[in-house]
Amino acid sequence: MPKLLNLLLAVEHGMKKPVWDCTMCGQCVLHSTGMTCPMTCPKTLRNGPCGGVREDGHCEVKPEMRCVWVKAYDRKVSLPLPTVWKEHYNDLRPPVDMQLKGTSSWVNLITKRDQQTPAGWAKRQEETHSH
Amino acid sequence: MSKLRDVITQTKDVVYTAEFPIIDGGGMEQVKKNVERLAPWFVAVNATDNTAAHAHASNVSVAIAMKQHGLEPIMQIVCRDKNRLAIQADMAGANLHGIENIALLTGDDVTAGDEPETRRVFDLDGPQAINVASILNAGTYLSGRKLNPAPNFFICSVENPFAPPHDYRIERVLKKHRAGAQMIQLQIGYYPERLEKFCAGVAATVPDLAIIPSVVLIKSAKPLSFMNDKVPGISVPQDVIDRVAQSTDQAEAAYHLALEQCQHALALPGVRGLHITDFRHDDTLERLMRDLGRTPNQYT
Ligand code: SF4
Repeated sequence: MPKLLNLLLAVEHGMKKPVWDCTMCGQCVLHSTGMTCPMTCPKTLRNGPCGGVREDGHCEVKPEMRCVWVKAYDRKVSLPLPTVWKEHYNDLRPPVDMQLKGTSSWVNLITKRDQQTPAGWAKRQEETHSH
Repeated sequence: MSKLRDVITQTKDVVYTAEFPIIDGGGMEQVKKNVERLAPWFVAVNATDNTAAHAHASNVSVAIAMKQHGLEPIMQIVCRDKNRLAIQADMAGANLHGIENIALLTGDDVTAGDEPETRRVFDLDGPQAINVASILNAGTYLSGRKLNPAPNFFICSVENPFAPPHDYRIERVLKKHRAGAQMIQLQIGYYPERLEKFCAGVAATVPDLAIIPSVVLIKSAKPLSFMNDKVPGISVPQDVIDRVAQSTDQAEAAYHLALEQCQHALALPGVRGLHITDFRHDDTLERLMRDLGRTPNQYT
């Protein structure tokens, strides 16, 4: 089993690194963020752009780079992505679980490990979604 | 007891907030001077958290000092310098001292400050930090561990409707509202049409979310150029800079620009008040407040 996990890890990283500059956070949200990785934002913001985006749509921290969230919003509006993915765009994504860093998000998706959140967070999500 | 919450939820009065000057020196004497200047006009004032990525006396300590001197704080917590444990500790500390207004911000990057070599944290982002404040309000920490007595935070945040992607700023504020924000102070901005679109969009969905646009008091065109060139997320159109720069009395032209901005913003849907940033430090603050129809100590 560890061999298989390592293989999956290598394949995932091999695919995602060149295309999305994947940092292997282990809890992939690409599908819900217009296929743009929020971990490439210098502030690693997972819930939309900071207030510092420049007038030309470039990043506050790296002026040579387009803001990740400007890109994500453009793609969400213009790419023919599945409707369910687009519906998840405005979800409140939970804080990154640092324990998952360097693990395979594919495996964590299958085992649902990537959906585990701290008890306080889980309770609030339950309450806010039930009304 | 949050007077800010009371004024917003129980009255139709206009809410005026301001920025508490940073404290680097002058001790409590300086705190007292600032309080005396601001208290007559403002219902609550922001105690900032290492504003513009510069280290200063801390958010919690300034908020406590303000409260001791009789001015209600809105205690900011910025995600740049603190991980989720430190952020929750700030919140629990505020609760211990009876500070109810807290504002959760993502924050400028470390590169905006005078110690750009600093490690940036951003363990939480703004919307997540708001949600964590809501979790504490329900009586537990993020982990689920009990916090008793639970805080009764009036949760605020900040948004910049002037920065791209403009349409998305409305959706982002709605997300903050779902996370628990009840009041949103806005970044300083010089594009009235962007502000109009933003307020209309937000008020159409969440009419009870209090929108507080910002207006800055300056003496000349120079700070406009400075903000345009140096402050992240602020862009000032050239014709606005020219209007002040080419006037024979720059101080007067800058004043009228600010007054017009106030009057324009107050007429927009969802707007419950204004946030005034005073860079002039002269008697113009009083002049502005009086021109807006205010008299001292109206909130007491
Ligand atoms: S401008 Fe965009 S990419 Fe840059 S730090 Fe802000 S949100 Fe992240």
